[in-house]
Amino acid sequence: MSAGTIEPTTGAPETLPATRWIEGTPSLHRITTDISRPMEARPGRGWWICFAISSLAVLNLLGMVTYLFAKGIGIWGLNNAVGWAFDITNFVFWIGIGHAGTLISAILLLFRQKWRTSINRSAEAMTIFAVMCAGLFPLIHMGRPWDAFFIFPYFPNQRGPLWVNFRSPLVWDVFAISTYFTISLVFWYLGMIPDLATLRDRATTGIKKLVFRVLSLGWNGSQRTWSRYEIVSLVLAALATPLVLSVHSIVSTDFATSLVPGWHTTIFPPYFVAGAIYSGFGMVLTLLIITRQTMHLERYITTNHLEAMAKVILLTGSLVGYAYATEFFNAWYSGNVHERFHFINRATGPYAWCFYLMVLCNVLTPQIFWWKRARRNIPVLFVASILINVGMWFERFVIIVVGLHRNFLPSAWGMFYPTVFDVGILVGVFGLFFTLFLLFIRALPMIAMWEVKGVSHG
Amino acid sequence: MAERFLVGSFGEPEGLLAAVSTLRDAGVAIHDVFAPYPVHGLDQAMGIRRSRLPWITLLAGLGGLCFALAFQYYTAVFDWPLDVGGKPENSTLAFVPICFELTVLIGGLGTVGAFLLRARLFPGKREQLPVLGVTNNVFALVTPLQGEGNEAELARQIMLENGADEVEERETES
Repeated sequence: MSAGTIEPTTGAPETLPATRWIEGTPSLHRITTDISRPMEARPGRGWWICFAISSLAVLNLLGMVTYLFAKGIGIWGLNNAVGWAFDITNFVFWIGIGHAGTLISAILLLFRQKWRTSINRSAEAMTIFAVMCAGLFPLIHMGRPWDAFFIFPYFPNQRGPLWVNFRSPLVWDVFAISTYFTISLVFWYLGMIPDLATLRDRATTGIKKLVFRVLSLGWNGSQRTWSRYEIVSLVLAALATPLVLSVHSIVSTDFATSLVPGWHTTIFPPYFVAGAIYSGFGMVLTLLIITRQTMHLERYITTNHLEAMAKVILLTGSLVGYAYATEFFNAWYSGNVHERFHFINRATGPYAWCFYLMVLCNVLTPQIFWWKRARRNIPVLFVASILINVGMWFERFVIIVVGLHRNFLPSAWGMFYPTVFDVGILVGVFGLFFTLFLLFIRALPMIAMWEVKGVSHG
Repeated sequence: MAERFLVGSFGEPEGLLAAVSTLRDAGVAIHDVFAPYPVHGLDQAMGIRRSRLPWITLLAGLGGLCFALAFQYYTAVFDWPLDVGGKPENSTLAFVPICFELTVLIGGLGTVGAFLLRARLFPGKREQLPVLGVTNNVFALVTPLQGEGNEAELARQIMLENGADEVEERETES
């Protein structure tokens, strides 16, 4: 051995073995058939039961929204003190759910994290369905939903020269959410084109072939196209990354730019973004645990994937806990009496149970993921993911309703009690979300075949 | 007029990569390679230069930014100045979020549109597959056949030496 060169020591390996994201080494054809199976076989009993329940909830949603349009938002439990409650809570909740999909598809692509490949397609679908559910609420909470298009500036402007107020965060929201939806949809579809071509070439019936032929845009796997395609994916990921951070930051300014105690804080944008990713990962975990089991895709969505997601949940959950603590500290440290009162009321007032439920679900639950055994235990992961979803819904409820129900003047205080329509629409929207997701896993490839092929063979 | 091509099918990307390099070294032109997923190193082996599509992103994004800024300025300052809480008519800082969103929206849509145009992908286009299975598990290497028999024979030999399962002559449908 000459001086200056370092020979690797024999015996123990220099580095840890790489994590395997696909079990075994399935052949390329096997990957195609495994992932196409849920779309080509008849759905099982489990799928039909889930579909029946979720479509009943959608029917309920349709009925209740129709009644809402006929009667007005007075059928909700709103009053002069609490003018925003379940509607805006649901809006913020669903927008937040969407964030995990973009994080997985865009941010993890930029970081070249291979574990995203098995879960990105379904997470992106979840983003799109969640944003659709979110978009419903600003629409239905307007007194006159048929005038909803007024929130977009349009030509020719039929309101005289009067335009929307571009200084308002509510208008920023319209632009942020519509951009987010459009870019997510385009990114999702673009990522699916090679797989749609695979399905086109597998299709046996004429109508199926025709549909996939139209959707796959004539894709033939040319390397010249692949080369451009990969650049475009990177560009879209680079655009979607700041976009997703901007969306929940802008949503948080709906509150932060007001003067309501508990809302008027500069911590809101990062706090909302962390919470959004946290809740989104909770939802991805819930959905994937169910689908991998019922669709028999454990080979592709492995325990390693679930563990990686649990780690993200631990990180973002701890960030959310830190934000809660900061809010309390600042309420005390600022010396602002209204702010102090708000936080005392949050922890000891009539809605204190919501606050403690939120702390229990969002701050304490993820701490179990410090233990590797918990991160790899499916029942623990599943229960934790549900608790996180419950906790994050209550977080928005606490911020919104506790902020409004007792602000500056005691003479203007009030309580919010949800009516059957508040709860019914909440349940109905969950039904809409799950119905869309169930249809998605039957109609489109829920795992990106070409990306899995690249990871397992490339 | 129908063009003639030599199509080599491979089951594994390694042989394909080796065949592409050897063919290029031997001076045989490569029409294209078809694969079920993007094979690493193939761009370099084929000599495909990096796409210039990100420039379209820059231009479209700048266009979106300018449009958003100009539109907000026009509506808030010229067309209908409105006093909202005593804020200045030209509240540039408050215009930033929408400027950002439109930069991303138009930049993203512009890039995807340019990609589809450049790659000639459009709804309902009839796919041209060199062999069945390139969207599943087959890698296909395609070289043009130009009159001279020697080059075709050389290409066929290189493909077979590098593990091609099958080499066949095909004509474009015209």
